[in-house]
Amino acid sequence: MTPIGVSIAAAIASVVLLAVVFELIRSRRLREQYALLWLLTGLVLLALSLWRTGPNTVARWFGVHSSPSALFLGAVSLFVILLLLHYSTVISRLADQNSILAQRLALLEADREESR
Amino acid sequence: MSSGVQTAQAPRNERLTMLRRIAIVPAFNEAGSIKRVVDEIRAFDPAFEVVVVDDGSRDETSAVAADCGAHVVRLPFNLGIGGAVQTGFRYAWEHGFDLAVRVDGDGQHDPAELGALVEPLLADEADIVVGSRFVERGDGYRSSVSRRVGIAVLARAVSLLVRQRVTDPTSGFQALNRHAIRLFAADYPHDYPEVEATVMLFKHRLRLLEVPVAMRRRESGRSSIGTVAAVYYMVKVLLAIFVALFRKNVVPLEER
Repeated sequence: MTPIGVSIAAAIASVVLLAVVFELIRSRRLREQYALLWLLTGLVLLALSLWRTGPNTVARWFGVHSSPSALFLGAVSLFVILLLLHYSTVISRLADQNSILAQRLALLEADREESR
Repeated sequence: MSSGVQTAQAPRNERLTMLRRIAIVPAFNEAGSIKRVVDEIRAFDPAFEVVVVDDGSRDETSAVAADCGAHVVRLPFNLGIGGAVQTGFRYAWEHGFDLAVRVDGDGQHDPAELGALVEPLLADEADIVVGSRFVERGDGYRSSVSRRVGIAVLARAVSLLVRQRVTDPTSGFQALNRHAIRLFAADYPHDYPEVEATVMLFKHRLRLLEVPVAMRRRESGRSSIGTVAAVYYMVKVLLAIFVALFRKNVVPLEER
């Protein structure tokens, strides 16, 4: 059973993650294909924090018995998650810029062809 | 910004002759059907200029289109339908066209139906007119069950969001005036763009009108979507249109 304090903190963190993801999509810094993945991740984390016997159950499936290990695992995965989210926004931005450049190039070429 | 659509009091066909008009034809590996599409647009109205946006085709699409006398904008690699269509809108906007129609290069849109799309723009009843396969007469059009269900779900969701009945939110057979061209030149979604674009129109207070049209089966090329992909796209587009409601406008609202 997860202690109630940890459960609340984890739930708040999950909601913050969901809010950040939403804001990133809204401001077009995250493309939908990444957004779906991130929303799903946030929802799973939220479910795990509210379902208080869940982490132990899941930990037992994987044979993890000590809570410090579980905590460490949790912290590392949170970091990795944030890093990956950052990469997703970078790739989204690059893809958008790439597409604008392709369009500009094609339009310029078309104008050049016609002015010959 | 002046809009030619609203300026004249002359009879409609005279007004049409005064307008600079262009047909935007997105094409990806459509060398087999592109000539017929361009010829049929000319047959409908010889004064239509035609711009074929070649979305990184590996076949002769660009060469065939150029031989037909169309303007050709050739993207260096495949951007997908949204990026290709937006390129066409940018071309239309930057070259000062008053009216644009979009006719897909695969031949599923019948240029003979363009009259029905253009007429409400000339009467200034709408800023964008969309040809729907599902308004009243749905003759001739068949598609897979999953696809029809997907379109029905999206239609219901979009209708709710934009507070107007929309029957065919994925239709790319459209006619646009200068206001709508300007918006889509500035910002246009990626895949299955028409659905999210409908929400953008609503947010920018542009008027959308659906008219019934018949569509044909594809002449050549491959269909852009399978059954599993249909579900994936539906979920993705539902997310996109929901988020679109919360997005800031890219073009300021205009006084009318």
